[in-house]
Amino acid sequence: MSTPILSLRGVNKSFGPVHVLKNVDLDVYSGQVTALVGDNGAGKSTLIKCIAGIYSPDGGDFLFEGNKVEINGPREATALGIEVVYQDLALCDNLDIVHNMFLGREVKKGYVLDESNMESLARKTLDGLSVRTVKSIRQTVSSLSGGQRQTVAIARAVLWNSKLVILDEPTAALGVAQTEQVLHLVRRLADNGLAVILISHNLVDVFEVADNIAALYLGTMAAQVNKSEVSTNQVIELITTGKSAGVDQGAKI
Amino acid sequence: MSTDTLEAGPSLKDAMSDYWSRIKSGDIGALPAVLGLVVLCGVFGAMSNVFLTPGNFANLLTQAAAVTVIAMGLVFVLLLGEIDLSAGYASGVCGAVLVILITNHGWAWWLALPVSILVGALLGFVLGTLVARLGIPSFVVTLAAFLGFQGLLLLLAGEGGTIRIEDPSILAVENNNLSATWSWIFYIVVSVLYILSGLNRINSRRKAGLKAELLKLWILKTVGLLGVTGIAVITLNRERSNNPQLVSLKGIPIVVPVILGLLVLGTFVLGRTAFGRHIYAVGGNAEAARRAGINVKNVRIAAFVICSALAGVAGMLFASRQNSISPQTGGSSTLLYAVGAAVIGGTSLFGGKGKMRDAILGGLVVAVIDNGMGLLGYGAGIKFIVTGLVLLVSAGVDAVSRRGVTSN
Repeated sequence: MSTPILSLRGVNKSFGPVHVLKNVDLDVYSGQVTALVGDNGAGKSTLIKCIAGIYSPDGGDFLFEGNKVEINGPREATALGIEVVYQDLALCDNLDIVHNMFLGREVKKGYVLDESNMESLARKTLDGLSVRTVKSIRQTVSSLSGGQRQTVAIARAVLWNSKLVILDEPTAALGVAQTEQVLHLVRRLADNGLAVILISHNLVDVFEVADNIAALYLGTMAAQVNKSEVSTNQVIELITTGKSAGVDQGAKI
Repeated sequence: MSTDTLEAGPSLKDAMSDYWSRIKSGDIGALPAVLGLVVLCGVFGAMSNVFLTPGNFANLLTQAAAVTVIAMGLVFVLLLGEIDLSAGYASGVCGAVLVILITNHGWAWWLALPVSILVGALLGFVLGTLVARLGIPSFVVTLAAFLGFQGLLLLLAGEGGTIRIEDPSILAVENNNLSATWSWIFYIVVSVLYILSGLNRINSRRKAGLKAELLKLWILKTVGLLGVTGIAVITLNRERSNNPQLVSLKGIPIVVPVILGLLVLGTFVLGRTAFGRHIYAVGGNAEAARRAGINVKNVRIAAFVICSALAGVAGMLFASRQNSISPQTGGSSTLLYAVGAAVIGGTSLFGGKGKMRDAILGGLVVAVIDNGMGLLGYGAGIKFIVTGLVLLVSAGVDAVSRRGVTSN
């Protein structure tokens, strides 16, 4: 298999006496959806915050596109091409879709905002993701449904030629039809060549879109396996007990 | 521009139904203020034979000016979801600084005016820093400043209490008019610039292949706006002196171009610059703005600086209109009228929604109520109650329309 775009080796993170991540390994590939699963408190959020540069890990190696990197702060993560879509989306309801997608990174002509350019780019990005559910990209976000908001947040993440997009429970608050839309979108991101890390509690979703599954158990990586090699029950065992018969936990995908 | 591109776009009917659905979803914009203004003018015009005279119209504009400018500054702070209760007395303090520098120290107006506005900016910087860096609620900080600035103004005004200003340039702003010819030149230049910028906006969007505003609709709106303002210029250009042989009074009051300049500048900053966009973002969702890499604290501080600096401009207008400053300058109902003006114009107290023009529209509504009821012989008591009720209704409309949006 080709080299992973992001490799974590032996990552550790403690908060005071609490050892949250213990020698975690993770490989993320371009064009693939890597599902990150685990029970509450398993360390999923801590792990992605380490990748996003919000926490700095206590030890371990980060390899991005084969090179050893240190991610000190969200801006460095962004500079590498890592974007995170958090569960609460962080959109401004009073601004329209274009404004939200370019928030904090406005395209300017001199001192003046280049609205036409931003709108064209936003339109192109949404078209590239085959998003057709949004009527006008000049409507305010307050008028959008939950699925559409998720779409805007994801589109914002991929607008900047990002290479790795991390999605934190993108379908948690959505209805059936909207969940389906968002999962299609997640799949399209990977099909467009991006690496995607999908955090989810919903194993049905995970098995629908993921290429491989990484299960965290009490801060350790129980296993990272190809989806085709495991069953739902085995993944549940990995999540709840940290091991499962028939799963080679040392295997590298 | 060929005619078939005009036909290709959505029809006027679509635009109207679009607008109607926006109103229904709570995005009412300037509608209540405009309707209110029309109704109020109709009622007062029918009940008083003085209200619709050119003299009263000019008086109305100069009367509304200072409160309107304070309201313009408040729009920046209100957009963040904050409040500045001290803007009224900030204008008094700045006015006092201006008058003292000119009258007591003999400074030239063009040196004293920037210094007084700078004093305002400094006051705003202190307020903004306390709110943004220490995290004290703006309500408390500016309430304290309301008292503090009032004291400062008392100290500045001194024992005598009133300091006169005789500088002709400062007095001219609220008391003199452009000549009739210059009024028309001003009107035509502004109109041409307005039309050109509108056409340029539509054209550049078309060139970029984006959906542009419907040309027919834009023409309708522009003709309407220029028509109304044209009638205003005709009215102002009529002789309004009681004794034309002695002194002739006609033309646009000089304060009007001043306010128009501030309106254009403020609208540009809020609508076309990244800073303006960040103000809306912080007001809409401060956490989202922070995560997007916006320096939320600096945006907050800047908004307070702008608010108090504009209060400094208002201080000059007070000094000009009253020919002096006193410990009451910018006090009593000034600040409440200014907040009322911004909110009546359509700026939300919850932050994230509002425009520069709201201050103008709301300022006119407040001034019309004050002026019209005064002409009908009502005392200050009734005027306060009515203005308070109008403010309450506007805030209520804001809250209800907001609920409409979130429940959708």
